[in-house]
Amino acid sequence: MIHVKRLILDVLKPHHPDVLEFAKTIAALALGYQVNLTVKEIDDKTETLELIVEGPNVDRKLIEAAIKEMGGSVHSLDGVEVINIAEKGH
Amino acid sequence: MSFFIKLQKLIAITHIHNIARRYLVVNGFDGALTNLGLLSGFYFHHVANLTLIMTACLGAAIALGMSGFSSAYVSEAAERKLEFKKLQDAMVTDISGSSHDKASRWMPLFIGAVNGLSPLIISLLTLTPLWMAEHGIVLFINPLILAMIVAFFIIFLLGVFLSNVSGSFWLFSGLQTLIIAGFTFLLIYLIS
Repeated sequence: MIHVKRLILDVLKPHHPDVLEFAKTIAALALGYQVNLTVKEIDDKTETLELIVEGPNVDRKLIEAAIKEMGGSVHSLDGVEVINIAEKGH
Repeated sequence: MSFFIKLQKLIAITHIHNIARRYLVVNGFDGALTNLGLLSGFYFHHVANLTLIMTACLGAAIALGMSGFSSAYVSEAAERKLEFKKLQDAMVTDISGSSHDKASRWMPLFIGAVNGLSPLIISLLTLTPLWMAEHGIVLFINPLILAMIVAFFIIFLLGVFLSNVSGSFWLFSGLQTLIIAGFTFLLIYLIS
């Protein structure tokens, strides 16, 4: 079974919520999520971020929905790390 | 997510708490001072009919509440709409359905409620002694005088609340608003 361990996203978001709140919201999506967020560029009303989410099985759609809910948008998927884990009982 | 957590989130996104606080004090002050004016006018003209006084004060309170709600709602809705449009342009993508979109629709109602309810609630508080006297509760002084004391006290408290915002000395800030109320009272006395 293929599990996504790591996602690197290029995100554009408004200034509010701030990066701390933004990262906390993403981390709160699932147990074990580890979020690493770096601000790459700041404009008048927006900021560009590099968002790295690590976890036992990272759900891209869930993360994108949360980003959209916070007024942001995913520009590109810049990196992934996946793993093939044996299913229980095998 | 509970209603209050959602509301808190939208307030944080829009940074609207400063505006709400300002409206709370400004219109609350309006409510207290208007009622003080009405009450002192009745007192100086020796009007003893409590029902009449309460109806007049309630009428003014409702009018202040409605005016506060509608004016704040209309102006805030226009401001939020403009802010949202600017953000949407900057994001170069559709952000409808986001918290910013929700905030632009719900925050004008919140601000309107603060601006409308603050004079209404403060006016109702100042009328409490009159209501008590109407319902047969014996008061140690004239209910009209007690209602004016309540109005003065609320105005003082609004000043104290402002000192928390500015970080100034609470007594000085409270006395400042109390002097304004006292001056209003004096003007009404002079024209009466």
